[in-house]
Amino acid sequence: MISLSRLVKTYQTRDGQVTAVDHIDLKINEGEIFGIIGYSGAGKSTLIRLLNMLEEPTSGDVTIAGKNMNQLSKKKLREARQEIGMIFQHFNLLWSRTVKDNISFPLEIKGVPKEERDQRVNELIRLVGLEGRGGSYPSQLSGGQKQRVGIARALANNPKVLLCDEATSALDPKTTDSILELLVDINKKLGLTIVLITHEMHVIRKICHRVAVMEQGKIVEQGDVLEVFKRPKEEMTKEFVKQVTEPEETEEALQHLLQENNIGHVLQLTFVGGDAEKPLITNIIRRFEVTVNILQGKISQTQNGPYGSLFISLEGDAVEVQKVLDYIRDQQVEVEVIHGE
Amino acid sequence: MSNIVLTQTWFFPNVDWSTLWNATQETLYMTAISLALTFIFGIILGLLLFLTDKGNLWENKVIQAVVAAYVNIFRSIPFIILIVLLIPVTAFIVGSFLGPSAALPALVIGASPFYARMVEIGLREIDKGVIEAAKSMGATNTQIIFKVLLPESLPALISGLTVTAIALVSYTAMAGVIGAGGLGHLAYSHGFQRGRDDVTLMATLVVLVIVFILQFAGDRLTNKIDKR
Repeated sequence: MISLSRLVKTYQTRDGQVTAVDHIDLKINEGEIFGIIGYSGAGKSTLIRLLNMLEEPTSGDVTIAGKNMNQLSKKKLREARQEIGMIFQHFNLLWSRTVKDNISFPLEIKGVPKEERDQRVNELIRLVGLEGRGGSYPSQLSGGQKQRVGIARALANNPKVLLCDEATSALDPKTTDSILELLVDINKKLGLTIVLITHEMHVIRKICHRVAVMEQGKIVEQGDVLEVFKRPKEEMTKEFVKQVTEPEETEEALQHLLQENNIGHVLQLTFVGGDAEKPLITNIIRRFEVTVNILQGKISQTQNGPYGSLFISLEGDAVEVQKVLDYIRDQQVEVEVIHGE
Repeated sequence: MSNIVLTQTWFFPNVDWSTLWNATQETLYMTAISLALTFIFGIILGLLLFLTDKGNLWENKVIQAVVAAYVNIFRSIPFIILIVLLIPVTAFIVGSFLGPSAALPALVIGASPFYARMVEIGLREIDKGVIEAAKSMGATNTQIIFKVLLPESLPALISGLTVTAIALVSYTAMAGVIGAGGLGHLAYSHGFQRGRDDVTLMATLVVLVIVFILQFAGDRLTNKIDKR
């Protein structure tokens, strides 16, 4: 659906040349939700704007739905953009227009007749759950409602691709979740390809099928979300994965425990997909001569299944502990001994 | 003479009310026509200033420099001097340099650059993200101008127009002194030069009322259309 090849974007600044996007190759499949995560300054904002040519690439190619975006004439580019919806961190609604007129805006641009526009606007208002708010102005809406208007507006021309530029970063956690649910919903209903950029791993975990991690203009790691969660290779990725798998207090709590003298082995277990539902701990206690103590744990849902991490302490003689470790590994659960070896 | 006596009153003994009414009409005529023309030229100039600036839709250093120079020069010339300088131009366009219509070219040329700068400021206040959003939908530059830039800056355009209208009222008074008629002429020639202070005072009061009405109407309109 989307393919980037050797894409480069450099800027000339007063302090010299800055490479915001550095030879990126990427393929995004039709109908998937693809997340790009990185800290600010990683170049992800530039990358997403290269997709619809809001930024012109310095070199390289962008192909969307078979069209080579960087070789289109101005007119053809405008037509291609009508098939790519975009939503923004700060919504970018026209404050001078009501909700209905905002949603109608891309239809006006395309030259859709008034009657058809009104009908389409009403459908979209229902789709994003804004019934009864059509006559309000953006200033009368909450952040979540504004983003719903943004989504409706982006979907007005039945695009094939939806680009989300930090679409939930200005929203509170609860509203973020409701917007994410809406995105999953339209992805399933309309079969829309969604590309989103974010700095929150939570967003990736919740809705993305695949993820790419960006650092200094390059993609350092990419793959299925569960796979990346299970075996993050790069430091940067590990940091992001930590955001969602470990409760914030984990490290602090563990530090505290490890200072106690009589603590035995401390293990970190990582469950992915179906594993998270196995009665692993019960089996360990039944089969081996060890005492198990659960210290901390968390299970999160992703689009491809659950993902969780569990911290336990084990007490018992060395042979038994080794047997337990072997058993856990046999069960395809990742295990790391973080204390006591 | 009896007519004049009849229209005179005891509290403004020298004020001839029908002359005052004529002068008021002349002032209103000059203000209204010049305001309408200033609105059009000011928006065109303001849009040019904004659009040709760095990073905007029609980025163009040459046009930007020419328009900015024009605006800065005509905004800097004191109005009373501008009228005198423009007498040949006025005589060519209007056919005379006396009377209310003769004041119009100078009023428009003097006020448009002033308004253009306010239009430019209004346009700059528009969130760049909104323009980006319109581009992402495939809008043409014309659509961006008429569907985004002008509607989104409308409150600033109207409040700027209010300020310009008030400036124009005072410009008409200056124009009046050198032969355009109106309340300025009345206050200066009939009042000041003949030592009739009550005429000067009355003309001033009428100008004040016009200014207050303009300010009030402008504020009301700005508030009504501002949905931010």
